[in-house]
Amino acid sequence: MSGILEAHNIAKSYGDFKAVKGVTFGIEDGEIFSLLGPNGAGKTTTISMLSTLFAPTSGDATIGGHSVTKESMAVRRIIGVVPQDLALYEDLTGRENLSFWGQMYGLGGAALKARVSEVLEQVGLTDKGNQRIKTYSGGMKRRVNIGVGLLHKPRLLFMDEPTVGIDPQSRRAILDTVKDLNRQGMSVLYTTHYMEEAQELSHRIGIIDHGELIALGTLQELTRSIGELETLRLHVTEDADAGRLAEALRTIPGVTRVDAADHQAVLTAPDAEEALPAVVSKANEIGIKIRSIDIEEPNLEAVFLNLTGRALRD
Amino acid sequence: MWLAAFARGIEIEVMKKLFIIGIKDLTLALRDRAALILMFAAPLVLTLGLGLVTGRFSGQSDNNGLRDIPVVLVNQDDGRIGAELVNVFTSPDVGTLVKPISDTDPAVARKRVDDDKVAAAVIIPAGYSASIIPAANNASGVPAGDKKIEIYVNPAQPVGAGVIRSIVDEFVARVQAGRVSGLIAITLLIENGLLKPADAAAYGQDFGRRQNGPAQTIITVRRTSDAGTPPPTVDILAVLAPGMALLFLMYTVTRGGATLLAERDNGTLARMLVTPTSATQIIGGKVIGIFLTAVVQVAVLIVGSGLLFNLHWGDPIGVAALVLAVAAGATGWGMVIAAFARTTAMVGSLGAAVMLMFGVLGGSFGDNFPLPDFLLALGKITPNAWGIKGFTGLASGGVLGDVLPNIIALCVMAVALFAVSVWLFRRNGFIKQ
Ligand SMILES: Nc1ncnc2c1ncn2[C@@H]1O[C@H](COP(=O)(O)OP(=O)(O)OP(=O)(O)O)[C@@H](O)[C@H]1O
Ligand SMILES: [Mg+2]
Repeated sequence: MSGILEAHNIAKSYGDFKAVKGVTFGIEDGEIFSLLGPNGAGKTTTISMLSTLFAPTSGDATIGGHSVTKESMAVRRIIGVVPQDLALYEDLTGRENLSFWGQMYGLGGAALKARVSEVLEQVGLTDKGNQRIKTYSGGMKRRVNIGVGLLHKPRLLFMDEPTVGIDPQSRRAILDTVKDLNRQGMSVLYTTHYMEEAQELSHRIGIIDHGELIALGTLQELTRSIGELETLRLHVTEDADAGRLAEALRTIPGVTRVDAADHQAVLTAPDAEEALPAVVSKANEIGIKIRSIDIEEPNLEAVFLNLTGRALRD
Repeated sequence: MWLAAFARGIEIEVMKKLFIIGIKDLTLALRDRAALILMFAAPLVLTLGLGLVTGRFSGQSDNNGLRDIPVVLVNQDDGRIGAELVNVFTSPDVGTLVKPISDTDPAVARKRVDDDKVAAAVIIPAGYSASIIPAANNASGVPAGDKKIEIYVNPAQPVGAGVIRSIVDEFVARVQAGRVSGLIAITLLIENGLLKPADAAAYGQDFGRRQNGPAQTIITVRRTSDAGTPPPTVDILAVLAPGMALLFLMYTVTRGGATLLAERDNGTLARMLVTPTSATQIIGGKVIGIFLTAVVQVAVLIVGSGLLFNLHWGDPIGVAALVLAVAAGATGWGMVIAAFARTTAMVGSLGAAVMLMFGVLGGSFGDNFPLPDFLLALGKITPNAWGIKGFTGLASGGVLGDVLPNIIALCVMAVALFAVSVWLFRRNGFIKQ
């Protein structure tokens, strides 16, 4: 196994609080690996340890064969980091920002100049390059923020929720950029709490919750792991008691699990269509009116729900 | 061989990072509109304003508006030191500043002060010279030095009285310095048989005279140039301009320190820390940034005030060296303030307080503040005090050598404060490992 990254049981505590509780995984060369998890799951903390910002409380990881704790300088030369929060100088132009960060990675002279133009092109900001960052829109700032991580052509790129809080168009552009970079051979560690992004981008996905890696594998492996269950989403009227409906549905044979969310009952079963008639008649029986029904093929949402009993976004 | 070259190459890379960060910070400072106003506009405007208040621009006045301060001198001393002090008051350098009259009776002199006729009475007691200079018959014994010059001041004329007091204080300080070194020299000469004890007194007086030197009169701010140019005058702007520059230099370094915490808060520090750059290099780069900004500020203020107010700052080499030293000393304070405060807001308020305190203690507002001695001594921790004294010294004809003590003091200050800031940063966890 020729992994670009191997993390062994890395953990981080803040006092008594364990933010990351011993996480082990690897990233193959040329792979996009997503860490999917809700707010506070420990995604940023994990990336910070792997990118040598701070040392793990215990455990270690190697990147390109170098230990992140003992050979941090060697690690830093082969990784690029796109932090979750923008880390740019608002009073410098896009070009000046890229130029500064390029120099911090040891670039200089004509090579730096050429590379800055190249990256500006790549993130689609060539015509805005000479304006100050503070005049940019949120999406444009995000793109510069990503560009900074690409300057020295890292072998492994860390991207921490790069699409948070931006318009769909910029988001689309960013996802395409990630795929593009990967096609050119860059490995990517991508964190997100959008399961659609993880599903679209990743070769493999790790699901992280409360500082623990609770599942790891390809999309298919993960959905299989929950028995290839399908999801039946029942939307009820405003005044109806979704909880009572969920309670009643539990008795239906073949149904593996039922949860209630606001005005919804979410049910998983190996074959949703087969269970449907029984579900409808049960609802009638207890006098709850169903407004609409969605049948969902297995997805990461279902996996997360199955593993934690919670929705990914709450 | 190649290993050494390789090592040097790495060293250059390390240093290069410091300047990359430093120049980035300088660029940002020069793009911060609020900073530009406080760095450049405020000190020039205040220099102009205070200059107007004190009358620099109202005609060809020869000094800061003070002239012909009336003083009565009572010289009961029959030695040469008393006469020397009287000479000081009548010398051409002090001539227009004070208007001395003589009297023989201390009581009459004090009465003149009480009647608000004069700003002060200076009473030199009988035997004053003898108490300072060892007489021939007791050359081996150290003289008591117990006689004191009395300055009887007029509270209604505090400024004039202050000038008189500073003239006398300065004179006494010089006499004492001359006495000490003179005594040692005289004792040595006697011991070696080169000087007859009987001649010691006269020699001592000459020694003191030579040490004070006719060129180093008390109140001159500029030395007479030998080219026969018009007599030197005290230019209040030569004191005000460096005063204001130093005052607002403290703003600049505080702001620079605050950017260190700002970079922590907005994530750029973390981002630097995941590039192949050590924490030490980053801190070093921030220091360079503050230093460069400080140098640019003071240099611009010097050139600007030179052009705007026709102010002559003196020996260019001395001025340049002092600018670097002043910037270094102030940078040290900027780092300590940043290390001491935990938030940028705290740096702001702490910095403003320090700026004003240093301004008062260090003489940015002129030395008219009636500060007690311990506060004057405390002023020595400020870059303001060393800088202002140095710049006025240069403006009055001093050269690099004359301000070397100031430069050294400022460099010592810089190194010590940098060490303190590193220690503080370590302690509060800003620098890890
Ligand atoms: N410096 C810190 N001190 C104390 N607790 C911290 C610190 N940094 C993070 N935590 C805690 O550690 C946990 C994990 O935080 P982390 O930022 O890694 O989550 P995340 O998965 O990145 O979340 P998000 O999606 O919101 O970015 C959270 O509970 C957070 O409150
Ligand atoms: Mg995060």
